[in-house]
Amino acid sequence: MFTRNMTLICAMGALTGLMAAPALGQEGNRTSAALPETLDGTGERAPMKVPRSSAESVGEIAPAENAYGVGQEATEEQIAAIDIDVMPDGRGLPEGSGTYAEGEELYETNCAACHGSDMMGVSELGAPRLIGGRGTLASDAPVKTVESYWPYASTFFDYTHRAMPMDAPGSLAADEVYAISAYVLGRAGIASSEPDSVMDAETLAGIEMPNANGFVADPRPDINE
Amino acid sequence: MSDTEKFPASLYGPAERRMAESLVEIERQALLDQRECECQDGMFNALTRRGLLMGGVALGGSAFAVGQARAEAPPGAIEYHVQPDPTKEQGRLILEDGGYGSRSQFENEVRWRYPTASIDSSWSMTPLASGKGMITPSGLHFERHHGGIPAIDPARHELLLHGMVDKPLRFTMDDLKRLPSVSKIHFIECSGNGLTEWAQPTLKTVQGTHGLTSTSEWTGVRLSTVLEMAGVQDGAAWILAEGADAAVMTRSVPIDKAMGDAILAYAQNGEALRPEQGYPLRLLLPGYEGNTHIKWLRRLEVSDKPFMTREETSKYTDLMPDGTARQFSLEMEAKSVITFPSGAMKLPRPGFYEVTGIAWSGRGKIKKVEVSADGGATWKEATLDGPVLDKCHTRFRLPWTWTGEEAVLQSRAVDETGYVQPTLAELVEVRGLKSVYHLNAIQSWHIAPGGEVTNVHA
Repeated sequence: MFTRNMTLICAMGALTGLMAAPALGQEGNRTSAALPETLDGTGERAPMKVPRSSAESVGEIAPAENAYGVGQEATEEQIAAIDIDVMPDGRGLPEGSGTYAEGEELYETNCAACHGSDMMGVSELGAPRLIGGRGTLASDAPVKTVESYWPYASTFFDYTHRAMPMDAPGSLAADEVYAISAYVLGRAGIASSEPDSVMDAETLAGIEMPNANGFVADPRPDINE
Repeated sequence: MSDTEKFPASLYGPAERRMAESLVEIERQALLDQRECECQDGMFNALTRRGLLMGGVALGGSAFAVGQARAEAPPGAIEYHVQPDPTKEQGRLILEDGGYGSRSQFENEVRWRYPTASIDSSWSMTPLASGKGMITPSGLHFERHHGGIPAIDPARHELLLHGMVDKPLRFTMDDLKRLPSVSKIHFIECSGNGLTEWAQPTLKTVQGTHGLTSTSEWTGVRLSTVLEMAGVQDGAAWILAEGADAAVMTRSVPIDKAMGDAILAYAQNGEALRPEQGYPLRLLLPGYEGNTHIKWLRRLEVSDKPFMTREETSKYTDLMPDGTARQFSLEMEAKSVITFPSGAMKLPRPGFYEVTGIAWSGRGKIKKVEVSADGGATWKEATLDGPVLDKCHTRFRLPWTWTGEEAVLQSRAVDETGYVQPTLAELVEVRGLKSVYHLNAIQSWHIAPGGEVTNVHA
């Protein structure tokens, strides 16, 4: 129930965010659709509205050349507003920085409730263990954690930034995610655990994860007849 | 005005007039009953007018005692009055359902949630045992969410396409519906389907062992259409798909797949997508593992490299016995399962049974399905229901007479590439027991002399 409540709170937060967002040229906020209107005379239900292209003008139409007069060109600002992904080589990492010590404080506030102060996870909450497990992947009891399994530090930053913490996904600022990355990767023995050590775009992109070379391309079909 | 004047003989024949008059009477009584209802503190609010009218007299004191006048109809059904003899009274009124139909109150199949520790991360499975044909009813399509099910107004939803393209584009849902479209029938299977079954038979029913696969007709725009509109640049090799849910779910897709049979789907089985299936827009990658079919799709970014998202690194990778993990194992290999008879059923007595099930392959069409009743010692070819479609559930059937002796039922699919569905032992020999995903082994159902059907490894 605890996590469900957290999810509810997070859903309310998301709703608030959505309501603050500008409508896409549409009338107000709807909570549901009205039934189709009835037509004069026969009382039939009106059919669907013909979808209208958002293009300011349809221009020249040439379907064979992929010109349908449909859609709009996206501006740099519109792309930047939701282009949040980060790649292993550091592409997409935002400006900012954070230290191990800042990360420790932020982790306790935002992460420890589910993942534990010891980073060993809380299975009843479905929150996975974050550190440890190195050297276990070939054993009968593999322990897959950020430390032992995740091949790229960029993935940790990206996922934490886009989807964590669970009760307020996407709420952490870039500086905070850098700090939490410094702390978790520091505790994992992958980055420095000096309190003043700084994580930023350059240091994060330079991190080599222990299992970076642990992945192979799909060889299937792999079963001999 | 008398009923004779309301329904004059010039317009109504005798039968029509009786029908019309009885409807007027039903309406009158129903309105009276509604007033009674109101004066009883809304005790009967849950009853339909007709239900109260027809069933009110029969309600005993016990119903009043518990303060509840009707049982719960199964999800997706409305509890209507059940006529003792439907030939002796009029049926319920047209549009009593508001104009959108529901299933019979006597049908009760529901999706089942796999009991993970936290309800925030779980999945629900399709009740395959009672499934018919190849289509999964939209309301029974399996679910897997990573951040809940968002409720999105399509008037406020956009798709952004950018990255290594000549012209980045934005599309409203209206825009997408103005583009050339396709309708295709395809399965979606979660690559975690069967993850409980590697080491030992664990779940009892075919819903539990195989219920993370479903088939729908999907309608939308070819992804290649919008990519061609934007102009994909040289060197593009991957495309990131991102959802508008709380997980902001992301997966990287090879550009060849994106330019191939991928669909930006806005409809399912003839109507808009169900919210839990990604309303208003999802990516459909026929034959690829379910996680890549990003729901609530909001963004596509073309790139030269995969993005290495959480789902394609720490999850949805297959750990091998040597400690390495297979990555981007995207295609779902050929698989089949007997859905009837299947686990936790009981055959009432020896006799004729039609063995039936589904087969599918992420690499194309199903070519052949064989069925064994003796644990794989001998096989008989099953009949395939047409049409047999590309990357789609295919229904197979085989008449079978159960003599009452112990039996082990199995099915084995072969797809058009010639790939033969393996045994579990063959899979485990190569992949070990820790790879979690992509279990496509032959399933065994043991029939005991008493008729009990159980999940076994045979």
